[in-house]
Amino acid sequence: MQLNVPDRDYMHSGHVGCPGCGAAVAMKFVLRALGNKTIMVLPACCWSIIAGPYPQSTLQIPLIHSAFETGGAMASGVRAALDVKGDKETCVVTWAGDGGTFDIGFQALSGAVERNEDFIYFCYDNEAYMNTGIQRSSSTPYGAWTTTTPGRDWKRMRKKNIVEALVAHRIPYAATASIAYPEDLLRKVSKARSIKGSRFLHIFASCPTGWRIPSEISVKIARMAVQTNIFPLYEVENGRKYTINFMPKGYLVKEYFKLQGRFKHLSESDLDQIQAMVEEDWELLLRKAGVPLQG
Amino acid sequence: MPKETGICSWKELELGTAIRQPGSAGELKTGDWRSMYPVTDFEACIKCGRCYIYCPDMVYVRNEQGYYEQNYYYCKGCGICAHECPVDAIKMVQEGD
Repeated sequence: MQLNVPDRDYMHSGHVGCPGCGAAVAMKFVLRALGNKTIMVLPACCWSIIAGPYPQSTLQIPLIHSAFETGGAMASGVRAALDVKGDKETCVVTWAGDGGTFDIGFQALSGAVERNEDFIYFCYDNEAYMNTGIQRSSSTPYGAWTTTTPGRDWKRMRKKNIVEALVAHRIPYAATASIAYPEDLLRKVSKARSIKGSRFLHIFASCPTGWRIPSEISVKIARMAVQTNIFPLYEVENGRKYTINFMPKGYLVKEYFKLQGRFKHLSESDLDQIQAMVEEDWELLLRKAGVPLQG
Repeated sequence: MPKETGICSWKELELGTAIRQPGSAGELKTGDWRSMYPVTDFEACIKCGRCYIYCPDMVYVRNEQGYYEQNYYYCKGCGICAHECPVDAIKMVQEGD
């Protein structure tokens, strides 16, 4: 497996992410594709911690830590300042977790993409507020245990479809990517960097701590999420042109669910219900992409 | 952290508590965290580089022969490399054995 990207990491070892952290893998891939002509805005998320306790920094690019709800607004400001200086080369990116994208940062993100600010918004999605102690977010999937949806009160709401929400803004580029498919992820980041206007990447990043999985299957579980259609890989250009990048062979969702401690309370009938939900979402996506339904 | 870092007077801090040295987290010895460590069998290794690609801590460094070697100073022992290795050339070994 040879990747056609520069052999240079802009992230240094010594970060304080948990062992097997999917978000760290995601950052490593993204920085490789972006290069060092990048300014990163980092709203509160796991990465505020992973980047290192003051005065340490893992990243070898300029980085601004900002408040939770300001990811989109802060990037707009940095972009405006660079434009005044006449710097067209530097890429402004926001790197936010799912809480800072789906919930708290959503108004700033929506505002920034509505103005079509020239920046890339990365959301690495670990499906809950992990660094504060696994509280549910609107990205937490149906059926998951978190510390705020404990025991029998597991989450009975569906995960918000953030890419569709961004596609509804008619932004130039929106895509999903997974840490288990590095070629696809790097290609999407390089493509996003070459486009002007607001671009959004939703990266699936597993969390061994919050998902109650052993750290070594962190990448495997991200791969299974794609293979079971729970997290399909696709991209949308200009809010219209859908391209599905990975056609799964139809593995059942229960294979993915039974490996994770956060889903261990689910019964067979719950899993059948989730399977039906996943199939419904997948058919909807196929219809949007203009791909004929199988079977 | 075993190393005492970040202890200084506020008067010595940069304006806006900016960090001037990129990648300064390299001082942190995250290798202290692990209970298992990976060992590569270079006889079996096919140099595919999956360990190097998926390692969250950038522990693997490519050597002159094209093999990937671990830097145990940073390895947290997560085991992703051993799990992703297509030929099972990497084994996780208990620390202290």
